[in-house]
Amino acid sequence: MNPAPVRKRVLTDEMVAKIKAYIPRYPSKQAVTLPALHVVNEALRHVPLGAIVEIAEILELSPAQVQDTLSFYGFFKQDKPHGEVRAWVCRSVSCYLMGADALLNRMCDRLHIHPGDTTSDGKLTLEYAECLGACEHAPCMLAGETLHTSLTPEKADAFLDNL
Amino acid sequence: MAEFEPILLANIAKPDSHTRRVYESTGGYAALRKVLGGQTPNDVKETVKASGLRGRGGAGFPTGLKWTFLPKDHPGPIYFCLNADESEPGTFNNRYLMELDPHQVIEGLILSCFATSASTAYFYMRYEYPLAWKRVQQAVDECYEAGYLGKNILGSGYSLDIFLHRGAAAYICGEETGLIESIEGRRAWPRIKPPFPAVEGLFRKPTVVNNVETVACVRHIMDRGADWFKSMGVPPDPKNPRDAGSYGPKLYCLSGHVNKPGCYEAPLGLTVNQLIDQYGGGMRGGKKPKAAIPGGISMGLLKASEFDCPLDFNGPGKYACLGLGTAAVVVMDETVSMVDFLHNSCQFFAHESCGQCTPCREGTAWSLRLMKRILAGKGRLKDLDLLLEIGDTIGIMPGTTICGLADGAAWPIKNAIRKFRGDFEDHIKRTNPEGWMRTDPVPALDLVEIH
Ligand SMILES: Cc1cc2nc3c(=O)[nH]c(=O)nc-3n(C[C@H](O)[C@H](O)[C@H](O)COP(=O)(O)O)c2cc1C
Ligand code: SF4
Ligand code: FES
Repeated sequence: MNPAPVRKRVLTDEMVAKIKAYIPRYPSKQAVTLPALHVVNEALRHVPLGAIVEIAEILELSPAQVQDTLSFYGFFKQDKPHGEVRAWVCRSVSCYLMGADALLNRMCDRLHIHPGDTTSDGKLTLEYAECLGACEHAPCMLAGETLHTSLTPEKADAFLDNL
Repeated sequence: MAEFEPILLANIAKPDSHTRRVYESTGGYAALRKVLGGQTPNDVKETVKASGLRGRGGAGFPTGLKWTFLPKDHPGPIYFCLNADESEPGTFNNRYLMELDPHQVIEGLILSCFATSASTAYFYMRYEYPLAWKRVQQAVDECYEAGYLGKNILGSGYSLDIFLHRGAAAYICGEETGLIESIEGRRAWPRIKPPFPAVEGLFRKPTVVNNVETVACVRHIMDRGADWFKSMGVPPDPKNPRDAGSYGPKLYCLSGHVNKPGCYEAPLGLTVNQLIDQYGGGMRGGKKPKAAIPGGISMGLLKASEFDCPLDFNGPGKYACLGLGTAAVVVMDETVSMVDFLHNSCQFFAHESCGQCTPCREGTAWSLRLMKRILAGKGRLKDLDLLLEIGDTIGIMPGTTICGLADGAAWPIKNAIRKFRGDFEDHIKRTNPEGWMRTDPVPALDLVEIH
């Protein structure tokens, strides 16, 4: 009998510990799905399929259940990590009224990418977002944890220059 | 009229307003001490009921009444979900509260949990609020240290845990049963109601879902009483037997083409004109206004001539809008094309429909395709009727969908085309001089070409 092929683990002990720490908070292990996806995504900047299988093992679910939930949110990338910085430019109504579309296009043109893509040096993923809940600062962009407010072409250029 | 003293925003300008130290120095947690020191959950429920408080999350349901739908003498657990998913375009008042005065929200949440006998609360916050996330987490930690959370709070015998739960950028997670499914770890598909969450909600147990601003109001009601709260706002409209009145302060979000966009507090019932002129510093660049969203994009549109609309729970409905929603006003000046506006709105809803109900999934997607076609200069007058047909047939109100997202998608379509039909007809005739009058089916290939 051949031994089962050894699969390389995706989750580190630290990630596993973080995920397990959520379990006592909920009466069902499935409820830890979204927290677990966030733990992995924070560490790896994406959630590869291997991680899905391992999360499912910890939470006593079928990998399909975890994958189903992940696929509902457009948020988690699976094929490859997002850039070192992930930036969302709001395109909803208040930002749109203040010129958001032109800003996103300008930034994409400068980087030679489409919205949603990552630059070839892996530094930046630039995406559109729906309302970021900061409409008083329209047009705005959330880059990592930093909110860039009242964006102008100059501010957008400066952001790209300082990456 | 005497100058209104902010209540919910009273302390946000103080340095370190987000800390327990500053919160307590302004009387914070006195209401909690008072209530836990001698009142029963039922006392709190009755006070909140008497205050006339209605939910600030969008639907305006009377809060005390919602709480009484929980089963009596339930052995537990009962869950409380705090809805901090705030994703309705134009809306940011929950963010203000969570970033600048999170303890106010938490005190209100603890009081609301006590009233409903919940022993676990999940604080569901949208992903895109990193600062609010940090501040609320810090505030929760500070509460455990101070004995406001955990076992046997302030020696009262009442125990409560609050857990933060982070969303992942999906608007539908703000719908209360979508939120519940999301916490449970599944796709955030709203549930068919009944059963309502109060009977069967999170983990199939009785559950209350309330908005951040709602529980912040509860804190002040328990501090200063129901009569005080009821002294602000607008009594029920005698002409509308279903109007329960609009009491208390409200956080209005103002954005778009005004000089001073921001979050402003006033008693319910302020008009759009007052909000723009007295708070927003007037129209930007002295331009004329053309339209405004009265309460988040789902609520539809007001024409500039309708800006005398009072922003209370009964007001926008009288102007053919869906309702007060989140009281987030987005102002558009005369340079805005309603064709562009409606395209933006359709884009949002097509992106955010959860896809569960066919009329919503297909209706939002088709309305976006029609708007793209119109924008691309291939529109026909008949498209406006098609759009209206979609608008009139998707949603809870016509009875074709599970949740209100579809009604929210429909209202901008209905209001934009019915109130600004000329804008659309002009655009279509100007950009499609050869084909605007055609009514034959559009070949599928032509459609594919456009997007
Ligand atoms: C599509 C959709 C999105 C919603 N988003 C939110 C939201 O982000 N925050 C919120 O408090 N309520 C939202 N609601 C309303 C909730 O379903 C629910 O009515 C509300 O959280 C109840 O709280 P309240 O009674 O305190 O207002 C949404 C409703 C729908 C139909
Ligand atoms: S109405 Fe739309 S968003 Fe709501 S459940 Fe149905 S498909 Fe999903
Ligand atoms: S519309 Fe851009 S932050 Fe709200």
